[in-house]
Amino acid sequence: MEKTVNQKAWFLVLPVLVIVAFSAIVPLMTVVNYSVNDTFGNNQFFWAGLEWFEEMVTSERLHDALGRQILFSAIILAIEVPLGIFIALNMPKSGFWASFCLVLMALPLLIPFNVVGTIWQIFGRVDIGLLGHALAAVGVDYNYTNDSLDAWITVIVMDVWHWTSLVALLAYAGLQSIPQAYYQAARIDQATRWAVFRYIELPKMKGVLLIAILLRFMDSFMIYTEPFVVTGGGPGNSTTFLSIDLVKMAIGQFDLGPAAAFSIMYFLVILLVSWVFYTVMTNLDREEAR
Amino acid sequence: MARITLKNLAHSYLPDPKSDADFALKEMDHVWEDGGAYALLGSSGCGKTTLLNIISGLLKPSQGRVLFGDRDVTAAETAERNIAQVFQFPVVYDTMTVRDNLAFPLRNRRMDAQYIADRVGHVARMIGMEDWLDRKARGLTADAKQKISLGRGMVREDVNAILFDEPLTVIDPHMKWELRTQLKSLHREFGHTMIYVTHDQTEALTFADKVVVMYDGRVVQMGTPEELFETPAHTFVGYFIGSPGMNLLDARIEGRHARIAGGTIDLGAAYGTLAGRTQIGIRPEYTVLTRGEGIPVAIRRVEDVGRHRLVRAEAEGQPVNIVVPEGMPVSDDLTHVSFQPDRINVYADDWRMQGGRV
Repeated sequence: MEKTVNQKAWFLVLPVLVIVAFSAIVPLMTVVNYSVNDTFGNNQFFWAGLEWFEEMVTSERLHDALGRQILFSAIILAIEVPLGIFIALNMPKSGFWASFCLVLMALPLLIPFNVVGTIWQIFGRVDIGLLGHALAAVGVDYNYTNDSLDAWITVIVMDVWHWTSLVALLAYAGLQSIPQAYYQAARIDQATRWAVFRYIELPKMKGVLLIAILLRFMDSFMIYTEPFVVTGGGPGNSTTFLSIDLVKMAIGQFDLGPAAAFSIMYFLVILLVSWVFYTVMTNLDREEAR
Repeated sequence: MARITLKNLAHSYLPDPKSDADFALKEMDHVWEDGGAYALLGSSGCGKTTLLNIISGLLKPSQGRVLFGDRDVTAAETAERNIAQVFQFPVVYDTMTVRDNLAFPLRNRRMDAQYIADRVGHVARMIGMEDWLDRKARGLTADAKQKISLGRGMVREDVNAILFDEPLTVIDPHMKWELRTQLKSLHREFGHTMIYVTHDQTEALTFADKVVVMYDGRVVQMGTPEELFETPAHTFVGYFIGSPGMNLLDARIEGRHARIAGGTIDLGAAYGTLAGRTQIGIRPEYTVLTRGEGIPVAIRRVEDVGRHRLVRAEAEGQPVNIVVPEGMPVSDDLTHVSFQPDRINVYADDWRMQGGRV
């Protein structure tokens, strides 16, 4: 049969195009516009070329924030992924307690970010916070407002508290999909607990773990609200992560040009790292199938 | 290797079984002789798999004991029992190569590397997967995976028994026959005790020396294929073995005669007064269509099944299947059926009764 050619069909795509342009493309282009111009009051723009990008790439302040950011993401991934798997492995498989655990695990995920921040901000305070006060009472010198290490520990523990559930729930879903026969066969084959984990559970969880790692990486790399509420980026700049720094630059100092250049590079870095993650993991997958 | 004894064994999946019906496995005593090739035959849901899982230790029985030789293993873990079991659906370790899959049970027992290589080579040859050894097990077809599962079951030489839980369900018919032959020769070679669960009678009869028939959580008969065919101990065995199964007709038993459908049948042996529902069982192969001898039947249908024809008839509302040899015409005047007296079995409440001398 002859295929009907009708170029008018393109108009059917138009509404989508308009909506996407209005909500995504135009705002993004605004950022691009800021990043290549120097702006003055009264909306005066002066072409700046790649100047802001050069400035940002060589900026020590940004390097430090990036370093802190990478360290932060690495630490929370290193804690949350194994801990999440461990919790999932030890959750009941069925019955009342399974549902109970699921609800319990889901609770931290339902709390708004700034509330989590506030909870920990108060929890850790030495004067009125339960944790801070208790630690002081047993003689531990802990104060997240003037000790960088304490601030880091607080922010990391908070993130683990908030997000390990996500990894645990995803891993749990992966584990639930393993048929009983696999465990039975492993018992027949006299496999050790470790071998069961290594050859049955881990391979079956790999898909969901990949997603968990990706989500946790992206999220932690963009983290803003919780550390901002708890430490405000301090003491000094010690917990100033990329997005906190970005907001400081854009809204605090109103350096729109550098901030725009910063945002674009920030976005590209996340995109790049996520892509690398994904490609490496799926390649591993394909190789194994061979 | 050892003899496996089940003593007063019963199992229920309910925490607090009350009546007989709550038990998936009714109380039984059973002995599996060392080195026997057994088939465990029964329809789905009759407790075959439950029994198998109890022997391998995957399931703890609600009551009774399991003995390997003289050792009580009721409380022993699966690993301690040193049993191989192959499941209905293939279980392979996806991320391992075929070779590693086959070697896995041996490596777990810390066998010598050279020995492992030899055994894996041997088993791979047996299941015809030598060329696949270095491939990942993932992405193989279902029957290739099942062959790996079978191979893993057979790779250990010193197992107490090998249990097969309908292992050939997913394998195509041609390969089925070949693998079954392989299993038989393996049995002859190593003399492992083998228990082969199936609901396919051909599979059971060709594989095993002794066939154990289960029905509704009970072992109803254990015997050679011939015994199961000639003298089924329970009506279920009669019905389940044979194609089609045994004819079962409600009858009144009077001494050495049975009264059915207005006719009288000579039983060839004397039975006292029998209680409960009484039936006679006769294989379609031992019935003859006649012109007046025996009991009257109405022929409903004639099926040609190749080597012979099968006549579906009714005697006073009760179905009777009759095998008619090739070449014998089925005509209108064949109105009766007669039974070979020495092939008739008599059942009271489904259990076979032994007749006395006349």
